[in-house]
Parts: sequence; C-alpha cells; structure tokens
Amino acid sequence: MDGMHDLGGKQGFGRVRHSPKAQVFHADWEKRSNALVAFAVKQGWLNMDEYRHAIERMEPRHYLAAGYYERQFTGLVTLLVEKGVVSREELERIAGAAIPLSLPGAPGRPNAPGRARFKAGDRVRVREDFVPGHIRMPAYIRGKTGTVVAESPAYPFPDAHAHGVQAEDEPTYDVAFRSEDLWPQGADAALVHVGVFQSYLLPA
Amino acid sequence: MSANDQRNIPATPDRLVAALEGALESRGLGAKSFVDAHVRTATEDWVPQNGARVVAKAWSDPAFRARLLKNGKDAVAELGLSLPAHHRHLVVLENTPKVHNVICCTQCSCTAYTVIGLPPDWYKDFEYRARVVRESRSVLREMGLDLAPDIEIKVWDTSADTRYMVLPARPANTAGWSEEKLASIVTKDAMIGVARL
Repeated sequence: MDGMHDLGGKQGFGRVRHSPKAQVFHADWEKRSNALVAFAVKQGWLNMDEYRHAIERMEPRHYLAAGYYERQFTGLVTLLVEKGVVSREELERIAGAAIPLSLPGAPGRPNAPGRARFKAGDRVRVREDFVPGHIRMPAYIRGKTGTVVAESPAYPFPDAHAHGVQAEDEPTYDVAFRSEDLWPQGADAALVHVGVFQSYLLPA
Repeated sequence: MSANDQRNIPATPDRLVAALEGALESRGLGAKSFVDAHVRTATEDWVPQNGARVVAKAWSDPAFRARLLKNGKDAVAELGLSLPAHHRHLVVLENTPKVHNVICCTQCSCTAYTVIGLPPDWYKDFEYRARVVRESRSVLREMGLDLAPDIEIKVWDTSADTRYMVLPARPANTAGWSEEKLASIVTKDAMIGVARL
C-alpha cells in the first residue's frame, strides 16, 4: 500500500533533530511495549511482516502524530485483537480509556510467477506494482532501473507473509540506484542501495 | 461507565501498555517476567559497545576484517554476538577515503540492533527517514558531517531483513592502540554512518 509510512524522498521535512547523546527510550512504557512485541513473536502470535503492516495500517493522522513506540504498540495491540488473543473491550476496561487501533487490512498476494534470477552487475527494473496490502518496495524505486550488487539469502515474501498467504521464500537483491535516476535534478548525488525482493524485479 | 464513555477518555500510552501487559499476564504465560528480562537485555546487552568491539578487531586483524566483509553474521559470532533469527544476513559496509556509507530504514526503523545498539530517536523520526535517501549530503552536513565533494556517498535503505553496519575508517592517530582502546572511540553514529571518526 502507498501508505503514510513510506517516507523515502518525501519533501517538506525539516532538520533531523540529532544529538550525539540521543536516547533509544524516553520512558519505561516504551521499553515494556518493545518487550511485549518480542513476547508476542515468541508466542507465535505474529511475525515481523504482519507487525510492520499493522503499523502501516494506522490511520495517517494517528501515524503522524504518534511517536515510534506508540506506533509500535498500536501495531501490536491491533494484531492481538484481530487474532483474538485479547479483546478490545477487555483492554479498554482495564485501561479505563480508549485504545486506538489500526484500520483493517486488504488481502495479500503470493510471489510473482516466472521470477528471474539475477547476478551482480545485471541491470534490473522495478515492477510497477500497486497493491492494497503489504509491500516492502519503497515507492521511490517503483518503475526505476538499477544495478544488482549482491544477492541475500531467501526470506519469506512480505506481501504474502504479512497476510497469511502461502508463498515461497525468495532472495532479495541489493540493487544500487543512482539518486539522479530516482529524482532527476531533485536529489543530492549518491548511490541508493535498496534490498529488493525478487518478485519486484524484472530484467532491464 | 459504558464502553462509549471510556472511549472519550484520552489515553496515555503508559496506561495502555500496562493494560495489555496486565491482560497477557493474566493468561499465565509469563508475560511480566519475559518483559522484565527483555527490558534488561535491550538496555544492557544491545549496546553499541558490541559493534565497537567488532570494528576495533577489524582494524587490528586483517584476516578478521576480510571475514567480516565477506559474511558479517558469521564473523560477529566469533565475538559472541548474534542476530535475531529473522535477520539472516549482516552486510558490513567499509568506509574508505573516497566512499562514505550511511544506513537508514525509510519505511520503519530497522537496524542490526543486537550489534550496533537499538536505533536512536532521530533515526526513527520522519525527518531522517524521508530525507537521507534523497538529500544525503545535505542531511549529513546538517548533522555535522561535511564530506569533501570527491567522496562518493552510498545510502543503504534497510527494506528487507538483511541488516547493515558501517565499518568506519580507522583514524590516523591510533597507531599501536590496543583493541580495547580502539573500541572506546567507536560510536553508534559512526556505525550508522552519520559521523566519521
């Protein structure tokens, strides 16, 4: 989905609020929320693709207004409610307050048929896929051409794995794109390397 | 109080997280003790000193450096470091006098957190995620790293479950230093690639 989370290349944001002594956590609840995600994974209640997608399904105003750990918690609690591990009513009764959840999802999809195998140096083009469900292809590479630099081990295909759709694991390719190909005359010169699933790629 | 009344009360995140933890604890699955242990691990074990040891060894031991660049996950295991099962690959990116690497995750905030530490707040902020892929040189300059024009920038967007860390260039004034002393100067920022040492 072309969601609010897909921020790469979006314009209008100001300076990074950087500090050399930057913190990871700012409150105890952030640490405990982070740990609850790990607990849910250990219990087999969710996988990382479902979890990322649940965050992406947050209503955009909520996504933008929430901090990182609030987004994380919203994704977690949404999945636990959807999967019936807890009920929203039970949680709201304990909290004595409303618990905002992400919006419902759309279906996923299996791997692309007829996927090509690539090697370092191959020129590849990113398919122009528009899907309603989860996808790990940042929109800024859609339809763009780059060069394969390396192949990573096979991973579950996110577009399927986030939705309980059966699919084969598939390799990801480290593809280098020139920033001027991604944003002609609109970017600082650089090579942008993206880990791209095989299903998203065509020979160029 | 009816459910509708409850939904009008503004929630604070600490209350919501406590509610979920309480609900899961009541299932008898050991949620609270798991969370307590995990918080200790996240704050005490997943620290940038891990990656700093890796960098210091790579600077000191050319054979280790070669193994690290070939297969990061296997090489860091030599130092007792591991990655979660779903991070199947650790790619180590070597800075040179002419190439500078910087990592990010534009869609969420993925990192090799067991090695370089959990991501700092600014890494997860929208400004860094939106801008660093498109305005890399400008963003780095704003963050205090003004790279010479002849240094090529490579930005690595963590869009799959492969993880990255930057191997910073060894500062010239460190000849003869022990690995321990070398590790003491390696920062999380340098392993993300927003600083050079």
